[in-house]
Amino acid sequence: MFYRETGQFKTNYADDMAVFPILQDRIGIALILVLAFVVIPLAGSNFLLSSVMIPFLVFSLASIGLNILTGYTGLISLGTGAFMGVGAYACYKLTTLFPEVNIVVWIVASGFFSALVGVLFGLPSLRIKGFYLAVATLAAQFFLQWCFTRIPWLYNYNASGAIEVGQRTLFGINVTGAKASLEARYMVLLTIVTVLTWVASNIMHGRIGRSFMAVRDMDIAAELMGIDLLKTKLLAFAVSSFYAGVAGAAMMFLWYGGGEANDAFNINQSFLILFMVIIGGLGSMIGSFFGAAFISMLPTVLKFGLPALGIPLAGATAEHLTYILVGALIIFFLIVEPHGLARLWQIGKQKLRMWPFPY
Amino acid sequence: MDILFKVLIDPFLQMGAMPDLFVQTIWDGFVTGVLYALIALGFVLIFKASGVFNFAQGIMVVFAALTLVGLYEMGLPAPLAVLVTLGVMFVLAVAIERVVLRPLVNQPDIILFMATFGITYFLIGLGELIFGGNPKQMITDQLYLPRGAIEVKMLGGFVQFQKIDIAAAVIAVVMIVALAVFFQKTRIGRALRAVADSHKAALSVGISLNQIWVIVWFTAGIVALVTGIMWGARSDVSFGLQVIALKALPVLILGGFTSVPGAIVGGLIIGIGEKLGEFYWGPLVGGGIESWLAYCIALGFLLFRPQGLFGDKIIERI
Repeated sequence: MFYRETGQFKTNYADDMAVFPILQDRIGIALILVLAFVVIPLAGSNFLLSSVMIPFLVFSLASIGLNILTGYTGLISLGTGAFMGVGAYACYKLTTLFPEVNIVVWIVASGFFSALVGVLFGLPSLRIKGFYLAVATLAAQFFLQWCFTRIPWLYNYNASGAIEVGQRTLFGINVTGAKASLEARYMVLLTIVTVLTWVASNIMHGRIGRSFMAVRDMDIAAELMGIDLLKTKLLAFAVSSFYAGVAGAAMMFLWYGGGEANDAFNINQSFLILFMVIIGGLGSMIGSFFGAAFISMLPTVLKFGLPALGIPLAGATAEHLTYILVGALIIFFLIVEPHGLARLWQIGKQKLRMWPFPY
Repeated sequence: MDILFKVLIDPFLQMGAMPDLFVQTIWDGFVTGVLYALIALGFVLIFKASGVFNFAQGIMVVFAALTLVGLYEMGLPAPLAVLVTLGVMFVLAVAIERVVLRPLVNQPDIILFMATFGITYFLIGLGELIFGGNPKQMITDQLYLPRGAIEVKMLGGFVQFQKIDIAAAVIAVVMIVALAVFFQKTRIGRALRAVADSHKAALSVGISLNQIWVIVWFTAGIVALVTGIMWGARSDVSFGLQVIALKALPVLILGGFTSVPGAIVGGLIIGIGEKLGEFYWGPLVGGGIESWLAYCIALGFLLFRPQGLFGDKIIERI
C-alpha cells in the first residue's frame, strides 16, 4: 500500500543503479539518520548511549569490515580481533607521537596501518582456501596478540601494559579521555560510521565490489575473466582490515577509553564478529548492522530481560544460562534463517510491497 | 652477524652441549604432540564423515572429562562413571544429529561451522551449570593410571619420563590401532568410509546418513573422553582446557582435514616443533611464542601443500 514502486520510473542509468531506488527507502534512510544524529543524542539516556548505541556502532563497523572479506569475497578470516587491535595500537602510537594532529584523523588513519598488516597476513590466501585459510588467519590473531603484550614500544613502555587514552578535542570539545561527554563520543563515532558505511557501500556497488563477488563465487572463473586474483584478494584483505582497524581504534578511544587491550582484541572478539556477520547475513551491508545489533545487545537483553520474565538469576547461574541461551539462539537462527537477518528484512519488505494483497 | 649466530647456530650448539636436555624436550614435545593428535583425530573423524568443521571438539574434550569427574564426585564408582560418561556422549551425539545437523543438511560449510560454535557455547554453559566452574582434579588413581616418573640415565644426564605420559602414548597408539581396525574391518567402519568418500553414493547403496553421523559423533565423543582424561591428568579439568582446541587447529591444517595419519603426523610435528622452538629459540624474542609458533610451522608447510601433508588433492573445475 505505502511501500511500493508503482509510478516511480527510472529514466536514466544512474537511477537504475541507485542504492536506494525506491522513494520510500530514501525517506526511511533519512528518518533513520535524523533519529541517529538528532533524536538519540538529545533524548537518549546515558544508558542508551553507553551500553547500546556506542557498542553497536563499533561492532557494526567491524562487521562491515569482516563482511567485505567473508561475505563479499568469500575468504573466511578469524583474525578480525587482532586487526582491530592493530588499529587501536596504531592510533595510540600516532596520537602520542603527534598529539597536535586531531584524534579523529588518527582514528581513521590507523585503519591504514591495519590494512597493511592485513595485506601481509592475507598473502597465504593466494595458495590456501576455505577452512585452511580460516585456520591460517588464526596465525595472525595469535601472533599479533603476542606482539601486543611482548613489544613494550607499542604501549609506550607503560607500567600497566595498557592503552591510556588522553584528552583530545575536536572543535574545542573533548571527544576522548575521561572528560569527554557521551554525546560527543557518540556523535564522532556515528559520523565515522556513517561516512565509512557510505564509502563501503559505494566500493561494493562498483567495479571493485563486483570483482570481489566474482572471486567469491568462483575464483578460477574470475581469473579467467581477467580479474587479477592477487590484487583482488589482497585488496579485500586491505579494505576489510581497514574497517576492522578503525573499529578497533574507535573501540579503544571512543568506547572503552583505554584499558587492557589483550582482553579486548582476543580470539573471542574475532569469533563474535564472525557471528555478527553470519547472523546478520553474508554479503549484505544492512546485515552487518542487524548482526551487530543482535549480538551486541543480546547479553544486555538477557541480563535485564530474564528477570523481567520471572526467571530468578544469581550471578554465576545467570552467566551459565546466558551461555546456554546464546548457544541455543545461534543454532536456532542458523536453522530458521541460514541467510541471516538481512534475508528476513528482504522478505519483510517484499510482504510490505504486496500488502494488503497476498500476491 | 650476532643475531644470525644466535638464531642459526647457537641453538644447535646448545642441543649438542646438553643432549639429555634435548632428548627431554623432544619427549615433552612428543607427548604433547600425541595429545594434539588425539584432538585432531576427533576433528578429522567428523570432518570426513559429515563435512562439518567441528569447532566444538575441544569443548567436547572438556565436557567429557568434566562429566566423568563430576559423576565420580557425586558418588559413582570410577568404572561406572566412565560408562555413564560414554552414555552421556552418546546422548550428546544423538542430540547434535537431531537438533543441529539434520535441519542444517545441505547448508554451506560456514553455516555448519557456526552451528558448532553454538554447540560450544551451549556445552560451556551446560557443563558449568551442572558441575560448577571450579577446576577439578582428574581421578587418575581410580582409573588405574600410573603416577610418578621414571628417570633414565642417558647421554651423560638424566631424562625424566612421567609414567602418565608413557601411559598416554600407549593408550593413544592402542586407540588409533583400534580405530583403524574398526574402519577397515567392520561393517560400520566400511559404511563410514563410504560416507566419507561420497554422501550420495553412500545413500544410494542404502547407508543411513543419519545413523552414520550419530556413530561418528559418538566415536569423536569417545576420543574426546580419552583425550580429556589424559589432558586432565596432566593439568586439572576446567573450561580453561578449551584452548587446546585452538592448539589442534594447526595440526589439522598441517596434516589435512581428511586424513587420520595426517592428524597423527601433524600432531607430532607440531608438538615437537613447538617445544623445541619455545625452548631453544623462544628466549631470543622473550618467550611465550608457543601460542603462535604452531600456526607458523603449519603455514610454512601449507605454502607448499595447500591441502595439508596428507589431505585430498584439491581439483578445481569451472
